[in-house]
Amino acid sequence: MKAAASPPGLVMPHIRPGRILAWTLLFIGGVIMVTPLLFMLSTSLKDASQVYDLRVIPETPTLDNYIEILGDGRFTRWLVNSTIVAVIVTLSNVFFDSLVGYTLAKFRFRGRYVVFIAILSTLMIPTEMLVLPWYLMASQFGWIDSYWGIMFPGMMTAFGTFLMKQFFEGVPDDFLEAARIDGLNEFTIWWKIAMPLVTPALSALAIFTFLGNWTAFFWPLIVTTSAELYTLPVGLSSFAVEQSIQWEKIMTGASIATLPTLIIFLFLQRYIVRGVMLAGLKG
Amino acid sequence: MSAVAHREAARGGLWSRRSLGQKQVIWAWSFLAVPLVFYVVIRFWPTFQAFYLSVTDWTITKPAAFVGLENYGRLLGDPLFWQVFRNTFLYLILGTPISLLISFVVAYYLDRVRFMHSFIRALYFLPFLTTAAAMAWVWRWFYQPVPIGVINDVLSSLGIPQQPFLRSTTQALPAVLAPAVWAGLGFQIIIFLAGLRAIPVTYYEAARIDGLPEGAILRKITLPLLKPTLVFLVVFSSIGFLRIFDQVYNINTNDPGGPLNSTKPLVLMIYQTAFSSYEMGYAAAQTVVLFVILLVISLVQLRLMRDR
Repeated sequence: MKAAASPPGLVMPHIRPGRILAWTLLFIGGVIMVTPLLFMLSTSLKDASQVYDLRVIPETPTLDNYIEILGDGRFTRWLVNSTIVAVIVTLSNVFFDSLVGYTLAKFRFRGRYVVFIAILSTLMIPTEMLVLPWYLMASQFGWIDSYWGIMFPGMMTAFGTFLMKQFFEGVPDDFLEAARIDGLNEFTIWWKIAMPLVTPALSALAIFTFLGNWTAFFWPLIVTTSAELYTLPVGLSSFAVEQSIQWEKIMTGASIATLPTLIIFLFLQRYIVRGVMLAGLKG
Repeated sequence: MSAVAHREAARGGLWSRRSLGQKQVIWAWSFLAVPLVFYVVIRFWPTFQAFYLSVTDWTITKPAAFVGLENYGRLLGDPLFWQVFRNTFLYLILGTPISLLISFVVAYYLDRVRFMHSFIRALYFLPFLTTAAAMAWVWRWFYQPVPIGVINDVLSSLGIPQQPFLRSTTQALPAVLAPAVWAGLGFQIIIFLAGLRAIPVTYYEAARIDGLPEGAILRKITLPLLKPTLVFLVVFSSIGFLRIFDQVYNINTNDPGGPLNSTKPLVLMIYQTAFSSYEMGYAAAQTVVLFVILLVISLVQLRLMRDR
């Protein structure tokens, strides 16, 4: 667009050697960044005899490791566990964080500021400090080794609430007023009128919550004791320990844990990058 | 049927007699009801409980008894704590500047690149989407001796002697830090890019008309205007490095935090005190120390933000 509007002499940017050098260095740096991922994937496609051959493209690629590991049943179980946990926690955050963010942004009532500060102040408390009381709570109520036990600490977050409040403040009051005059109730106004206006923020929140829960290790490690209930990172950790030095098996497990987010990224790159920018700038 | 209709009419009457403002208040508190219960039960109550536990001798087997500041005294006299304290700050003071410097340089040049921009950005961003627990195993494999370890293979083909990496008390901490820095770069680069985009082009145009060299533009315009972004990233990544756990735990599962505790961070010490030794009260005191450290970092951030 810009180039088309410029006079013909300026259409071609002057290609200076400095630019080419900068591009090349950036590109090499980028390749180095993905090298660990490439080695992980390539080793997962090798059999035990090829592991010591460090070529990135396997001589005779094979899916045997995947067939063996997924066939064993534990990994599929952990995949299912991780998916259930990440999806439910994400839905809960999208619902409750935006409901609270909306209420704090758009309703006028006494106590609003106190509620906001109280929720915001929980950002100061590191998870690690709450883990022991949560563990105590989980063992008293029998939540150890249950999905709820893994999920309950993250069902709502102050970060998400703050993010959504920021965005709902940008929604014009006239829209909501018009809906009120049409006789819609407040819940419908939030859900049907306000929510669709903040979809970029909702997708940012969903991406962060999903990714955070998919990769979460510390709390799931504490609250799960039976392999049945492990999430993928915890399962992978225990699996890798038992494989000792069968690196091709460990790399296959690591690939199974990593590929889902990488594949999602390939499809949603634009939204994910925009979401990270939004969350970083407003958060 | 008439009874139902009557009751509905009565309720409708009660509801419609309220003013718009009163209705708003009722709606607001009904929206907040479930979340408030959540925040009280899952956030506030456990916070107080953590402080309380830190002054008890609670273990899994015996009930908690008040012991005053005994846990804190024990912590100050524990050589392991000082080792861990030093390690945790090493992660912080190595990790934060190194990762911010790399990500700023990459973002600064990537911002000017048009050719395959989003492809190159994706290369840098992909590691951010990985699971730390999984990638720790990949890096662990890289650090192995010849013939398995990729890094030592490259070194030996260049004629450089093999390095022990995770087996050495001096090299292990940087070796554990590397994957943490690596995984965080993509996020920092994206945030820097957003910050760079937010600087109005007119500032640069004016500077160029005035004939300022690139270096001066960077120092006088880009960096000062990037300060909020920079402060955010410094705090965000500092907190991340102070809470490092997943990588350390997984890169050396036979002896997490080893060799000889040389890579053990505070969160790993908390985990082991609570779930290997079952000294919950002592572990709670350690979490309070972590909280204080993070609080100080956050307050410094607020201070810096206000100065802008």
